[in-house]
Amino acid sequence: MSDHAGGHAATGTPEQRFLAHHFRDMDAQLQTSKLGIWLFLGSEVLFFSGLFVAYGVYRANHYALFHYAHHFLDWRMGALNTVVLVSSSLSAAWSVRCAQLGDRRGLRLTLLLTLLLAGTFLVVKYFEYSHKLHAGITWGAGCRPSPEILATLPASVQALPVPRDLGTFFSIYYLMTGLHGIHVLVGMGLYLWLIGRATRGDFGPGYYVPVDAVALYWHLVDMIWIFLFPLLYLI
Amino acid sequence: MTGAPGTSAQAAVGESYLTHGRGIGSWLFSLDHKRIGIMYLALIAFSLFLGGVFAMVVRFHLWNPSGGLVSNDAYNKMFTLHGAVMIFLFVIPGIPSAMGNFVVPLMVGAKDVAFPRVNLLSFWLFVAGAVLFVATLVVGGIDTGWTLYPPYSLESSRGLGILLALTGVFLAGFSSILTGVNFIATIHRMRAPGQGWFDLPLFLWALYATGIIQIFATPVLGITVALGFLERVFHLGIFMPEYGGDPVLFQHFFWFYSHPAVYIMILPAMGIVSEVVAVFSRKPIFGYRFIAMSSIAIAVIGFLVWGHHMFVSGQSRWANVIFSFLTLLVAIPSAIKTFNWLATLYKGHIVLKTPMLYVLSFFAIFGVGGLTGLFLGALATDIPLHDTYFVVAHFHFVMVGAVMIAFLSGLFYWWPKMTGRMYDERLGVASAVLVFLGFNVTFIPQFLAGTQGMPRRYATYAEQFVGMNRVSTVGAVLLAAGLLVALWAFVASLRSGARAPANPWGGATLEWATTSPPPHDNFAVAPRGTRPYDYRGLRQEPGQAGWVPVGGEGAR
Amino acid sequence: MTSHTSDSLAPGHATHVLSPRVLLGTAASLMALTALTVATSRIDLGEWNVVLALGIACTKAGIVALFFMHLKYENRFQLVVLVAAALFAALFVAFVVFDTVQYQPDIRAAEQQARPAGG
Repeated sequence: MSDHAGGHAATGTPEQRFLAHHFRDMDAQLQTSKLGIWLFLGSEVLFFSGLFVAYGVYRANHYALFHYAHHFLDWRMGALNTVVLVSSSLSAAWSVRCAQLGDRRGLRLTLLLTLLLAGTFLVVKYFEYSHKLHAGITWGAGCRPSPEILATLPASVQALPVPRDLGTFFSIYYLMTGLHGIHVLVGMGLYLWLIGRATRGDFGPGYYVPVDAVALYWHLVDMIWIFLFPLLYLI
Repeated sequence: MTGAPGTSAQAAVGESYLTHGRGIGSWLFSLDHKRIGIMYLALIAFSLFLGGVFAMVVRFHLWNPSGGLVSNDAYNKMFTLHGAVMIFLFVIPGIPSAMGNFVVPLMVGAKDVAFPRVNLLSFWLFVAGAVLFVATLVVGGIDTGWTLYPPYSLESSRGLGILLALTGVFLAGFSSILTGVNFIATIHRMRAPGQGWFDLPLFLWALYATGIIQIFATPVLGITVALGFLERVFHLGIFMPEYGGDPVLFQHFFWFYSHPAVYIMILPAMGIVSEVVAVFSRKPIFGYRFIAMSSIAIAVIGFLVWGHHMFVSGQSRWANVIFSFLTLLVAIPSAIKTFNWLATLYKGHIVLKTPMLYVLSFFAIFGVGGLTGLFLGALATDIPLHDTYFVVAHFHFVMVGAVMIAFLSGLFYWWPKMTGRMYDERLGVASAVLVFLGFNVTFIPQFLAGTQGMPRRYATYAEQFVGMNRVSTVGAVLLAAGLLVALWAFVASLRSGARAPANPWGGATLEWATTSPPPHDNFAVAPRGTRPYDYRGLRQEPGQAGWVPVGGEGAR
Repeated sequence: MTSHTSDSLAPGHATHVLSPRVLLGTAASLMALTALTVATSRIDLGEWNVVLALGIACTKAGIVALFFMHLKYENRFQLVVLVAAALFAALFVAFVVFDTVQYQPDIRAAEQQARPAGG
């Protein structure tokens, strides 16, 4: 498959140096680590669930408010970020493939690409946030949209009065995207670390636990966004 | 011959974990699950002491109906810190983090937990959380009750105290999640060859069920306190009505964690009881699979009952009815366990050593604690009893009477394994008797006061309750004395206890197959799985030599 | 399409390597579903918009989990973990929303009562 494929033919490979003393063999280590990361991801799902509860409760009680508020969010930005994040997930999944096949160059390339796409996501997010904050769209009771931004809304929406609790929607918006953004930031740190180790040549078919684990985490971050995008931007 | 098996085995397997690596750094940054467990134990024992001091202040304040020992404000802070410290720093982490960390890898015949670095991280997160709790005290304390309900807890007049407490809970919560991940991964993947799921000691089934709750419920606590923190700082309008929020939502969030957390507390306690009752009845545990499965059932049903804390909080009527029904379901697996334990005692050769005495008091107290839970789970009886001393007595019966007593039972049971020293049996028995008496004298009067309508959390009370409160305070002194005797037993054991044999009680679980204390790598030769409750392969040696395998081989 | 690098691994735990076809196909279907969810949100279906959007999102999440996260080829227990987490989260959301909708009339009534008294 690649010119490095010969590396794993011999058992007792150099990757054995990453075998922790309390595991029987590399496979036990890989399977246990995978289980561990999955359990952690399960925990993450419940961590985010609280924010989905808050979203559900306020949406159920203030349907009109939520419908009104989503017009302030630019769906094109959200869709762009969805494309960026799905691409980064593809790249992350590809990096696992490269590691499994011992394609070191491909691994470095896909890891770097994932990092860059994650950075792109945050840049887009930064523009969205700063645009909103400048237009007075903050959280809670302090949320006062400026006349300029109100003028950009569709005519049918402009005719409506600005709802009293508009800030509640944006509190939830900032909470959900903020917590997600923190996860993206953590993911970028992890990819930076992986790139360092991949450059050192740590990963190969016999040892790719960190590449796999971080990719799983990254897919979860992608998955959360898959829910946030329609809930916040579209409906 | 006496004492010989222990010492010769010790020479063969190398140094004990206690002497492997010297200096304070070799403890603080140790990846060894045994050392991490011991550090947890020290911290948790200190938390118990701290929470106990707060409890004594509360009890002495209530000696007179008008209070008077401390100001009413100080009283509010005392009962809050008593609850918060006891729950977050003693009862929740107590058995899993201290004893679980020590015992889990030994019971599966592994060298360590699955992720030793994560384990150390979990310990330090817990330390950080505990430090923030103590810092809360320094900046003036909090008086919200351990439940931290808004709107009261998040009023804009509140200062640093509440923020420190919320951060402390957040950190301790993440410590708990990581412990859960470690235990489940360890039990799944690191079992000894030949050790199937139904060869696991029941303590591990209990910790497995606990792990499910730790992983799936604790993150909700994390997001709850994070939202509380942000609400207080940024006025988001999620929980606080004055900014458009909903305080009942906080209670849903809080109890979605905190009710399952009750099972984080009790399930490991039940696990210890399952071990001790079998070993000290010299009989295989009765209904192994039922006990194992009821642990899982309790964990799962435990997720479905959180609303029974909110019957009078403005929760809807339908939710009240559904939660009341589901709550009563928890009684079924709990009763299954209890009956199986009692059946284990039946026709057993019961050995009345200290751990067993604690377990027998567990049965009596957990029976009462569990059954009074039915009064509170049933909607009609809960409404008059809500927020009275009946509730206080009920949860103390479960959390102190059951969990703390099981904690002590487990500590006496595994103490020889942890330290390599025996304790003085007379001191152990004295502590068990004093704790049992003191506990009942403290909390039975509170049931009575509660049924007569004495509300909880007030610094003063009506004249009619004075007798019950004074009896309760006397009981608290007895209970404290019992705990001090236990402490004395442990300190004396460390100073001058006899050397412990590898298997002092005749247990058939794997932790007894290695030396006391175990070597750094736990086992000289990686063991094979055994039948955990089959005692036929063991023979008691005369004197202090404990139990040894009949013939050379293990029980299988 | 399934290649195994099993030389250095214990039998029974063959590692699954995703082929480029599966990887690209997964990404392409995610993109297509993103377009679909945007398109459907432009049509006003009332409350059904939420149901549809969530349905598409769940499908997308399922695709990510099955292929990108290897769940289709993994130990079954990993799937149990994810499904259990999703179920508990769904239970949490559903029950609290159910409850809050039920007690809103009580809050409105209390507000109505409080207003004249306050004024």
